[in-house]
Amino acid sequence: MSSVGAASPQTAQAADYSVSSRGTRLLGVFILVSVPVLLLFAFVFTEADDTMEDAVRLLYIHVPVAVLTYVAFSLTAVGSVAYLWKRSRWWDTVAHAAAEVGVVFCGLTLVTGSIWGRPTWNTWWEWGDVRLVTTLVLFLVFVGYLAFRSVPAEPETRAKRAAVIGIIGAINIPIVNRSVEWWENNTLHQQSSLTDGQLEDLTLFTWFLGTVVLGAIFVWLLITRFRLAWLEEEIDRHGLVTALEERRAESHVGVEAAVGGSVVGGFQDNPGGPQ
Amino acid sequence: MLADAWLVAAKDLKVEWRARIIINQVAPFTLLIVVLFGLALDADPETLRNTAPGLFWVAVLLITLLAVQRGAAIETSDGAQERILLSDLDPAAVFLGKALALLVQLLALEVLLGVAIVVLFDVSVGDPLLMVVSALAASVGIAAAGTIYGVLAVGLGVRETLLPILLLPVLAPVLISATRTFGDAFDRVDADGWAWLGMLAMFGVIYMVSGLLAYGVLLEET
Amino acid sequence: MTHLGYLIAGWSIGLGTLAVYGWSVARRAKAAARHVPADRRRWMSAND
Repeated sequence: MSSVGAASPQTAQAADYSVSSRGTRLLGVFILVSVPVLLLFAFVFTEADDTMEDAVRLLYIHVPVAVLTYVAFSLTAVGSVAYLWKRSRWWDTVAHAAAEVGVVFCGLTLVTGSIWGRPTWNTWWEWGDVRLVTTLVLFLVFVGYLAFRSVPAEPETRAKRAAVIGIIGAINIPIVNRSVEWWENNTLHQQSSLTDGQLEDLTLFTWFLGTVVLGAIFVWLLITRFRLAWLEEEIDRHGLVTALEERRAESHVGVEAAVGGSVVGGFQDNPGGPQ
Repeated sequence: MLADAWLVAAKDLKVEWRARIIINQVAPFTLLIVVLFGLALDADPETLRNTAPGLFWVAVLLITLLAVQRGAAIETSDGAQERILLSDLDPAAVFLGKALALLVQLLALEVLLGVAIVVLFDVSVGDPLLMVVSALAASVGIAAAGTIYGVLAVGLGVRETLLPILLLPVLAPVLISATRTFGDAFDRVDADGWAWLGMLAMFGVIYMVSGLLAYGVLLEET
Repeated sequence: MTHLGYLIAGWSIGLGTLAVYGWSVARRAKAAARHVPADRRRWMSAND
């Protein structure tokens, strides 16, 4: 193969490292187009609320993100159960990816909720509110889950134990919810004002649009994170073998070079090339 | 199965009794926590009395961490974990036994802690029965959850730092409920302590069942 | 528009975090893919 011809496969290979696929690229285009549309609806087309005034516009991101948080953690629970049942690496990876995306969404739920609460309830944080405290505990449980997953361990052991943590974490959600509800027995969340049918169609539509757009972001993140988790585990499982082989090859060449009495440069690059 | 569980519990307690780590180190630490709270929260007796239920249970959570880590350390030293695997015991029995051993240690420490709080914080116990029963119910749940999470980090070399972040959020409902029952027992809050006791019992049952089911998965060879 | 500061903060933190997180995941995946043989980069082709 000529040196001129070698250049183009190499650039093609460099582009190949990306984990995007036709699906995620299309989704990415949809997200880039739809986020500005969502912003238009949230800030321009919809009216301010009678009581919350313009702070209501924060809810167009807060509510979809909160809903998706619970979707993500449910997915982790489903993946964990399915892993223990089928013992398939695919489900374990789903559980892992969903947990990390879920923690990001959960953090955003807390932050956007807090920013909304300040002008509306006149406080950044309200200990008496069931959903707030439940969400915070949930956040910490799954931060622990991710902390566990980041510890180097034998893949099967880690998958099994993580599945147990994921399932128990999910079981804990209703318990925390009940206990906090009894604890203060009040909620500042305006359940009625948002669901009593007083909403305008446009407000409802914006909510729907927000869920679709953030749902698309969620799916994109989930797929990409899944692919990253898959690659990380490949490196975990086979990386040591590959590294050992590389070391062996290096020392082999090194010995040859020493015997031959000349230093051969550049033996370590292009292992996949000819020779 | 119960006989096997008893065997495991007796073994753990015997090892613990010989090593005396709990008595020599964790028990003094328990008293130290009470003193530290007293120093940090002002010398005002009313403040201490009001916060006593919460302080009691926060202290219990802290000593739970130590006791669980101690139990896991016994298990990993000298390949004791492998010996349990080889001994053909039902994992559910192993779980039950280890949870029982942890429960006994926790209850002993809670008695010490309770006496220290009542004496040093000048708490008057209006409903001793509620206090004892709810401490028992809460400790069952804590021991079950602690036993599950104690085994999770075995063999990973990061037990000390991993356990708190895994275990404490899960125990949040126990902290809430047990603080309420103690608040009622100390006549400090207007709460129906006996209703909260139901919450503690439910938590205990759920974590006992989870442990019985999950321990097989956690102990099995990979 | 009332509460403009809160609105800008909430939306920019929300969308900004998601953008930064997405970018970092894609970047980390790209870096990781270099260390994995081409036929094992996707679960569909890895076949296990």
